[in-house]
Amino acid sequence: MLGLSRNDFLMLLFVLFLVAAAPILLNPFPEGSSLAQFNAGYPDLMQRFLIFGIFAIGFNILFGLTGYLSFGHAAFLGAGSYAGVWMLKLLTINVIPAIIVSTLVAGLFSLAIGYISLRRSGIYFSILTLAFAQMSFALASSVLQPITGGETGLQTNLNDPRILDGANTTGNIPAPSLFGWEMRESMQVPVGDWLWTFNVGYYVCAFILLIAFYISIRIFRSPFGMMLKAIKSNNERLSYTGISPRPYTLAAFVISGMYAGLAGGLMVSMDPLAGSERMQWTASGEVVLMTILGGVGTVLGPVIGAGIIKYFENIFSKINDNLLHGWFSFMPDGLEDFMVAVIHPFVGKGWHLSLGLMFMLAIIFLPGGFVGSLHNVFSRIFRKRAQ
Amino acid sequence: MELSAILLQVLNGLDKGSAYALIALGLTLIFGTLGVVNFAHGALFMIGAFCAVTVQRLLSLSTITIDESKTDFLGKPLQIKTPYVESWFGESVGNALIDWSVPLAIFLTIPVMLIIGFVMERGLIKHFYKRPHSDQILVTFGLAIVLQEIIKAYFGANQIPAPAPSAFIGSFDFGSVIGMGPGKLLYPYWRIVYFCFAMLIIALVFAFLQFTTFGMVVRAGMADRETVGLLGINIDKRFTIMFGIAAAVAGLAGVMYTPINSPSYTSGMDFLVISFVVVVVGGMGSLGGAVLAGFVLGILESFASMREVIEFIPGINQVVIYLAAIVILLARPRGLLGRKGVMES
Repeated sequence: MLGLSRNDFLMLLFVLFLVAAAPILLNPFPEGSSLAQFNAGYPDLMQRFLIFGIFAIGFNILFGLTGYLSFGHAAFLGAGSYAGVWMLKLLTINVIPAIIVSTLVAGLFSLAIGYISLRRSGIYFSILTLAFAQMSFALASSVLQPITGGETGLQTNLNDPRILDGANTTGNIPAPSLFGWEMRESMQVPVGDWLWTFNVGYYVCAFILLIAFYISIRIFRSPFGMMLKAIKSNNERLSYTGISPRPYTLAAFVISGMYAGLAGGLMVSMDPLAGSERMQWTASGEVVLMTILGGVGTVLGPVIGAGIIKYFENIFSKINDNLLHGWFSFMPDGLEDFMVAVIHPFVGKGWHLSLGLMFMLAIIFLPGGFVGSLHNVFSRIFRKRAQ
Repeated sequence: MELSAILLQVLNGLDKGSAYALIALGLTLIFGTLGVVNFAHGALFMIGAFCAVTVQRLLSLSTITIDESKTDFLGKPLQIKTPYVESWFGESVGNALIDWSVPLAIFLTIPVMLIIGFVMERGLIKHFYKRPHSDQILVTFGLAIVLQEIIKAYFGANQIPAPAPSAFIGSFDFGSVIGMGPGKLLYPYWRIVYFCFAMLIIALVFAFLQFTTFGMVVRAGMADRETVGLLGINIDKRFTIMFGIAAAVAGLAGVMYTPINSPSYTSGMDFLVISFVVVVVGGMGSLGGAVLAGFVLGILESFASMREVIEFIPGINQVVIYLAAIVILLARPRGLLGRKGVMES
């Protein structure tokens, strides 16, 4: 169906179900209960799941298939963000041109960087991409300030030209919208104790993620994808057969750069503000971690990795001392204070510590990422049954 | 442009270049011996810097006595702090000890970093020899985050000043020495100390590898690990020691750098990315290349931050290192002094 094998089609349906029902699935705890802060079903966070999911899917096309580890993909996300905001400022507040243009701009940008960086492989390639991204970051936060807004960032203003909409100088700054539906609009549905929020922007992201995911499956299963896998497994042998790997790796690089630009365009469509910190190398590192945590080279892995990291980032940073005291209040006082003191460095402002530990544990004990490990477990079970 | 201005930029580049060279040297030692890409090396630099802070705090631990006869500006009885070292060793020795806390921290840093290095290698890195480079990068990157956050939890997120001994405060007037007129070529004393210290460490590491039996075995192991193992030498144990030494080099670079740049928990990460660029530009696995590239890039950076240059090409000071790295890697695929076949698959 849709040119997919049965398994892949089922996987697509599974993802479709997950993203469509996420506002319900991610809110398992009733509103007002003590566990409600573990709910992830609010628009801002769910949008981030999907946007970083798209970013990671694209990164996986390069890293998972060809094995080229780019440390500069955040530059494309940043370039896409800036292009998107400029479209919202100059052309129209409708998000469609912004998303398309940001994808194209990131594509051109990645074509230029990829053309030079792909002359080298291994760690030399990684360092070249890192150098380009850090250069973009440094320039965006200093010299290119007229285009990028420097360190304060680029945002939409009331007196922007907006050629297609016609300038308006009264009222509020218009919010990004899709033919009149504002991205920030939500419908809240209380069901019993639960409160479900269905957000316009979220479903726009969800629609685009499904397309991006579908394209990614098609690339993975196509002859082109096979060629990329050949580059990963044995580049030399491929060269001996008379095929130059360069055009293929460059194509993969540009495709993944366009995915990053698409993610950047979506990011500013949800919240029209682009800052230069988006291009910093830590942001590039984050997408690498998402991909690896989820499972490199698997179709589904990057989406799951992005969801896990963004979820824990959000939850750990929200827990504070008062909450901890609440949880351990059943214990005797001394023990309660002790438990709070033990957990305190790991949560709230210290959530990076938990995140760092989680990475380490995941990489030490789950070499193939979550999806890879699940796959191993299943194949072991089925092998036993076959015997 | 005057000659003195050019010389000044070379001098300015030397201290940053020394730090780059020391970190890159440690990274290359680890890569050359164990074949591991250590992303936690910046964190080791940072821990070294916080050893200086710890020593400073330990030495200034004080007893508080209340002098009822005097009052402070709020009208409360005056609190007089006497550091323990003053009451133990007398006022002049005690003050001198506190004043010299940064150089004294070297004696704490070496054992601490050696131990951290051993624990890291035996406890974590050992299990990653046969895993792909990307796994090594990620697990050490995770470790760097963890170390950084632990330091942040104990010392806070702000920069903590750790000044140089008062004997080294002020600047040396190179201009009047080499006949360019006084005041033209001022260079802080501590930066001279740092440069000399870095040269000493680099010389010690090279001498250790070149002139001792231990170093000879390590070099043999770097060239052909298996054959050395077949000769009945426990090369793993020696490589573990080399990891400790590399950690100590990073720590020492951090300790002595504290008066130049007050340490904060992010100072390791700030150096890490550039150090990797330095290592790659120098050529993976080449110790001499790492040192050379460290100084070249440090001096280049300080030249690019001259006012005349920035006016000519705006923003160049921010990107010159990366630009140089790109040019060098495209012109010399294996870096300045790199060998063939290292990390290219």
